[in-house]
Amino acid sequence: MGKWERVLERLWGVLVVSLALLMGAFLVVPFVALVWRAVTLEGSVGVLDVARVWSAVWLSLLTTAVSMFLLILFGTPLAYVLARYNFPLKRLLTLFVEIPIVMPPVVAGLALLSAFGRRGLLGQPLAEGFGITITFTFTAVVLAQLFVASPFYIRAAQNRFATLPPAYEDAAAVDGANQWQIFWLVILPQSRNALLNGLILSWARALGEFGATILFAGNLAGRTQTMPLLVYSALERDLRATFVTALILLGLAVLAFGLTRWLGREEEL
Amino acid sequence: MHRVLFLLCALWLVGCGAGSIANQSPEITVFAAASLTDAFTEMAETYEAQNPSVTVRLNFGGSSQLAAQLREGVPADVFASANQAQMEAVIAAGRIEGGNTAVFATNRLVIIVPADNPANITSLEDLAQPGVQLILAVPGVPIRNYTDDIVAALPAQFQTNFYANLVSEEENVRQGAAKIALGEADAGVVYTSDVTPDLASRVQQIPIPDEQNIVATYPLAPLSDAPQPALAQAFMAFVLGEQGQEILGRWGFGAPLGLGE
Repeated sequence: MGKWERVLERLWGVLVVSLALLMGAFLVVPFVALVWRAVTLEGSVGVLDVARVWSAVWLSLLTTAVSMFLLILFGTPLAYVLARYNFPLKRLLTLFVEIPIVMPPVVAGLALLSAFGRRGLLGQPLAEGFGITITFTFTAVVLAQLFVASPFYIRAAQNRFATLPPAYEDAAAVDGANQWQIFWLVILPQSRNALLNGLILSWARALGEFGATILFAGNLAGRTQTMPLLVYSALERDLRATFVTALILLGLAVLAFGLTRWLGREEEL
Repeated sequence: MHRVLFLLCALWLVGCGAGSIANQSPEITVFAAASLTDAFTEMAETYEAQNPSVTVRLNFGGSSQLAAQLREGVPADVFASANQAQMEAVIAAGRIEGGNTAVFATNRLVIIVPADNPANITSLEDLAQPGVQLILAVPGVPIRNYTDDIVAALPAQFQTNFYANLVSEEENVRQGAAKIALGEADAGVVYTSDVTPDLASRVQQIPIPDEQNIVATYPLAPLSDAPQPALAQAFMAFVLGEQGQEILGRWGFGAPLGLGE
């Protein structure tokens, strides 16, 4: 190796490391700055702030609990069907299941409005026939979360169901277990970590849902104003409430991510 | 400090890119209230047509949002607010000198309902009927303050029912207007200038009587640290001048009180 080549190699190393450092710093600095800002913000947290932030935290926890319940109830069967059965247009359905991951949430909100809004495809018959309106309600918040957050769970469940060795199920069947027992006693316990992992990712996504919610569910404190909406709409008037909420969201995101990491390690053992 | 360094880096990068392409054609940045979107877009086009060397960059948003950005130090030359309060907020932050503001337009409020008026709204009083789905701007946005002022003059029972009908608080007027045009809510309160030709075909307007209505005044001012102070003054003069006032009038704004009327 000539001297010239060694210099080039050294330069290459320096270049890669410095670019990597810059990118790393770019990703880290905003979080440090956010925490620093929140901590050094003048004035104490008032009673009004606590009430406002608490109502958003409570609403966020409640809506995500409901949307995650619905996701388990309806998403698990869908994942199972996609993993175990072959049927026409299966690929197309898979595409629709996964599209919300890459779709801008605002577009998702517009789509939900077109479907379930008062003048929507399904919303109009619902409103005229049964007097049920979904827009601007708790239900709208839940539906927006379910729509944008479902792919993470369904995909994780589908992958797990598809890769589960059939030998266990066959053995159970030989021992006389019926389909119901096989699902509850064999498939589910073996997929527990994968499902939990997917569910946590979906929950984190639902918790951060903003674009579809503000379009489809509107923004009203105590009724549809979840934490991300509070961060956005309090920014102009109430910096303290904004930063407190932002920190809570950041903390929950870190917690969710830590949990998925931990579950992932459990799985490997 | 990090933020400043980062901004400087970003500015340097942008500056290099722009500098090598166009040779420093002067550019002014105007922050304008969302309700001014159409009027100021036309204003900028007309101004650029008459001053071909100048580029006018427009940044529209809720006045309170713009004021928040200005307080954070975002560079700009001119701020056109939909009320005095948000102008005061920027003055308090030291980025505008109090003596430099001028009122350039006035606006009134009007009720809009979807074209088929599903809740049969015919007056301000109807907005308190049970079951009406009402959209207003979020508190702090000027139009919400004006609406609250109008409502505050009405009986207590009306006020309670009126606010109970609220289904959403939107970040700016036009977001709310769009949802009403889509028929998702029954009514909202907007500026007369928000009822653009496109919106006018999708909604009905229910006037608020003059004795109950409020005249919103729009102040304009140059930033004290404007990158282009001379151009900022020239643009302001244009807005306050005959042509600027004519454009504003065409988009539903009134002249500043005592200037025209």
